[in-house]
Amino acid sequence: MSAVHVAGVSKIFNQGTPKQVDALVDVNLTVEPGEFVSLIGPSGCGKSTLLRLIANLLEPTTGAVTVNGKTAAQSRLDQDYGMAFQQAGLFDWRSVAKNIELPLELKGWDTEKRAARAKEMLELVKLPEFADLMPWQLSGGMQQRIAIARALAAHPPLLLMDEPFGALDEMTREYMQGELLRICAETKTTVVFVTHSIPEAVYLSNRVVVMSPRPGRITEVINVNLGENRSEDTRAADNFFAGITAVREALRGTHADHANAGAIRGVEDR
Amino acid sequence: MTFANRLRNIATPFFFGVAFLAFWEGAVKFFNLKPYFLAPPSKILSNFFDNASRIWEAASVSGMNALVGLIAGTVFGVAMSFILSRFRFLNSLITPLAIALNAVPIFVLVAVLNNMYSITSEIPRRIMVSLVVYFIVLVNVAKGLTQVKSTHLEIMRSYAASDIQILRKVRVPNAVPYLFTALKISAPAAVITSFVSEYFGGSQNGLGSRITSNIANSKNAAAWAYVLGACLLGLVFYLVSVVLENVASRGNGATNNTNK
Repeated sequence: MSAVHVAGVSKIFNQGTPKQVDALVDVNLTVEPGEFVSLIGPSGCGKSTLLRLIANLLEPTTGAVTVNGKTAAQSRLDQDYGMAFQQAGLFDWRSVAKNIELPLELKGWDTEKRAARAKEMLELVKLPEFADLMPWQLSGGMQQRIAIARALAAHPPLLLMDEPFGALDEMTREYMQGELLRICAETKTTVVFVTHSIPEAVYLSNRVVVMSPRPGRITEVINVNLGENRSEDTRAADNFFAGITAVREALRGTHADHANAGAIRGVEDR
Repeated sequence: MTFANRLRNIATPFFFGVAFLAFWEGAVKFFNLKPYFLAPPSKILSNFFDNASRIWEAASVSGMNALVGLIAGTVFGVAMSFILSRFRFLNSLITPLAIALNAVPIFVLVAVLNNMYSITSEIPRRIMVSLVVYFIVLVNVAKGLTQVKSTHLEIMRSYAASDIQILRKVRVPNAVPYLFTALKISAPAAVITSFVSEYFGGSQNGLGSRITSNIANSKNAAAWAYVLGACLLGLVFYLVSVVLENVASRGNGATNNTNK
């Protein structure tokens, strides 16, 4: 059973009006359990829309989305996935631990079980001493780690991330990428990851899904397996650069197809 | 803040105030101003202490009107803001009306309300204060309940949270700092409305009516003494609302963030 199965999905906003936007057209994608898949592409290619369709925060216009063998709607109700965004989105009026407990509260867990799990998650993201602080007392990178801890608190098999490191500085970003790989390996979580950054996609992913705008669609899927034990050395390795070149060329392709200079706007080369 | 800084923050306005009073006193003496034109601060102060019990009595009447109105207005304002945030179409009907009513001096309505109740009733004044407070609380709390971060809403929906759960765990905590901001604005407004509504008839027992009657009798220093009492009452209301806000937001980043 695949973790995510997207079959013939289209999403059209404002259908039949002058403001009609073909956000996604005939998208097919399968993500296997334990896989790390990145969605990359220029602004307006529908990568965030695709993520929200998998999360059932949006309904597809046509086609079907299956998560863990269930409809996307059923898996949302069952909390089969956790989600993290560019803004950490922590609640200012809750302590760090209480933020992590939120999904468990909504599931109806009792206080003791919640506290134990929050402690476990804080250890997973290596911030155990920050349990009683308020979110605004933490740095941006720490807040994002707490957001990941919250997303994984209920031990969902799937993690959906929408440019989670987009607002972080380069050093913090690379550190977070290493941490994310470690956490996902420890928890055996499947990840669908939206990003603007080519090196980030290559470093993290088993597969990079390259998307193109107007209308939003998948143009290429690139296998970039840099192996189980990625480290800082991986960032200097030949296969890392080969992966970056392959993804960059695939993105250029989306550019040439449209002869539109603005098409790759929004993709960072760093 | 260091102790020296704090001392400077207090000392500067204090010495300015003392200098201002000295200048006032001096000006009255120097230009030999008649007491019915401008009373010197020394006379106002002695009048204030001579009449302390009467000023206290009048202040309790006005203060009670302000307090009852403040509480009633807050309760109704909060209740209505919940209804408005639940039914958006009502919001588009009532919010412009609330803002428009805030822009006009609606406390003149007390003249109309006075006709509806007996001449000695405090009810028209209390209704007037609640009306003023009601709109301030309504507009602010409704904003706090509806202007929630979109990331927060998406996160809650990804957890399959119900509307009630989103209300309890996101909207209400988000609105708390807005409520205290509303209280900080409406506490002095309640006191002012309470005084002004005494100018439109009814019992002559509050600070507002004592000020007018003393002026009518050319008892200038006594009128100023009651003005001093009115200032102190307004100050008490404001300080209590500030203390309440500090207690409510202790160890809570919500207010820190709205100030950023």
